Amino acid sequence: MKELKLMKGNEALAEAAILAGCDGYFGYPITPQSEILEYLALEAKKRTGMVVLQAESEVAAINMIYGAAGTGKKVMTSSSSPGISLMQEGISYIACAELPCLLVNVVRGGPGLGTIQPSQGDYFQAVKGGGHGDYKLIVLAPSTVQEMVDHVKLGFDLAFKWRNPVMILTDGALGQMMEKVQLPAQLPRSTEAPSWATVGKPKTRERNILTSLHIQPDKMQDINLHLQKKYSDIEKEEIRFEKYECDDAEIILVAFGLVARVCQKAAQFAREKGIKVGVFRPITLFPYPYKELNKLADQAKGILTVEMNAGQMVEDVRLAVNGKIPVEFLGRMGGIIPTPEEILHKLEEKFVGEMV
Amino acid sequence: MNEKTMIEEQHFAEIIAEESICTNENLVFEKTNILTDTPMHYCPGCGHGVAHRLIAEAIAELNIQEKTVGVAPVGCSVFMYNYLDIDMTEAPHGRASAVATGIKRVLPDKYVFSYQGDGDLAAIGTGETIHTCNRGENILIVFINNGIYGMTGGQMAPTTLVGMKSTTTPFGREVEVMGNPLKITELIAQLPGVYYCTRVAVNTPVNVRKAKKAILNGFKYQELKKGLSFVEIVSNCPSNWKMTPVDSNKWMEENMLPFYPLGDLKVPGKGE
Repeated sequence: MKELKLMKGNEALAEAAILAGCDGYFGYPITPQSEILEYLALEAKKRTGMVVLQAESEVAAINMIYGAAGTGKKVMTSSSSPGISLMQEGISYIACAELPCLLVNVVRGGPGLGTIQPSQGDYFQAVKGGGHGDYKLIVLAPSTVQEMVDHVKLGFDLAFKWRNPVMILTDGALGQMMEKVQLPAQLPRSTEAPSWATVGKPKTRERNILTSLHIQPDKMQDINLHLQKKYSDIEKEEIRFEKYECDDAEIILVAFGLVARVCQKAAQFAREKGIKVGVFRPITLFPYPYKELNKLADQAKGILTVEMNAGQMVEDVRLAVNGKIPVEFLGRMGGIIPTPEEILHKLEEKFVGEMV
Repeated sequence: MNEKTMIEEQHFAEIIAEESICTNENLVFEKTNILTDTPMHYCPGCGHGVAHRLIAEAIAELNIQEKTVGVAPVGCSVFMYNYLDIDMTEAPHGRASAVATGIKRVLPDKYVFSYQGDGDLAAIGTGETIHTCNRGENILIVFINNGIYGMTGGQMAPTTLVGMKSTTTPFGREVEVMGNPLKITELIAQLPGVYYCTRVAVNTPVNVRKAKKAILNGFKYQELKKGLSFVEIVSNCPSNWKMTPVDSNKWMEENMLPFYPLGDLKVPGKGE
């Protein structure tokens, strides 16, 4: 039987980074995720020799990631919403240069300085771009501390498989709460550099250049077409989601991350009252499980999307459902987590009356 | 080519070979293989070309091509990767020293350098410059200071001299409005993390030699892992200064060098 540990989300994620054989972490303190940097500063070097550096800003941190990722090493950074905003220019460069790396956004309430409480207000930023130009991150949305752990290795694997930055989009509650986790075995640090890495040019190959500058329009269009092809392949291969009691569900709650767990509780309450409710949870926010949701719309009478924002993912739910059934929305902002009771209430208000 | 022209060509080649002074024993200059054959995009008379050559020669002489990674950010030298036959990363504006930090931290035994202009290093990237220097990253920063934004077309730089005209200071730089030019090299020379700091130029043969020596030092000191090497090259910008190359060098000597005097600001073992 494997050992279970009780760990805080941020610390579990940091531990998972060490265990994944991460080569370098560059970051800047910001609540509610500073424990990641703190944990790594205490633990990483002595255990694996991993580089841990506190940068002078998030802008510097993401550019350290850009340089270090260019050497083909497994590198990561983490921050929370305002800090991730500062990183957007660098993320756009990294996406265009096609460098693998892991970015973690422990989202807090915004806009502006906002709050330090949990939020999902950075969905658009993570999924629809964030920085300039046409690019995509692969976005993973954990809903448990266990997934905060699991998504680290998964994130590195996907980043290297697709030569693309991967973002773990979590929130301040998941970062701060403690749950039991099962930790994976220690993986080795990187040894060999990939063929594209800038590590010094041997006589046996052409020089490697990492750039996002392609000043001829046709060349820049080709780069864009290549990226779009990659994103389309990612959409074919990497969609992940979880269905909870959806088989006979007449109403589907759609939520990602922590909110999906609140929705499960709401679904239980509903079923106790005889209302057949299921929960659909996208795990990858890009690529988004449009087709699966569309299929569910054939069996269900309505969808209630629940988010800790003013309604961001609900746009993708509506795109997926394409008008087949009504899609309602419940959102809480400012760091407030919706309760199962209010979800149930909204669900009854919007759908149960019609069904009777 | 028809047979007659081929014979003529061969004939001329023989005459040239017989009379030429281009023989191995007379060879005084040879382009290093670290410089590619790509024609440079720099304007005639610009100092970037010479500075590139010196870096290329230093890498060749130290035989470190296989262990060198360069970083050039936004600015005129953004295309540097076209001219050097080494692995390179193109950095966002101002962030070259952070990018270089990332590379060096995960590859501590490689030679890493950044090549940055004045706008990049001393305006938008001031934070990264100071902190990279202060951490004593074991890298070489080559800082090209020509007192103007070249690539964007001649706007004021942090190093633009008082009274100097640019497209954004059309009546000359006024201290009351834009402050004084920033002597960032003097500023960072004070930082304990900086192991070697010098200011050179590439306007005369003797200065080119000194600049080459400084760049060689900057690479060699990386082996010691004692801190950062910083080489400022005071340079010209004939196009945006709106002068001929010759006039721009003269103007540089008369105006830039008195404010940015050449020489060492920090030498290992001295004045520490």
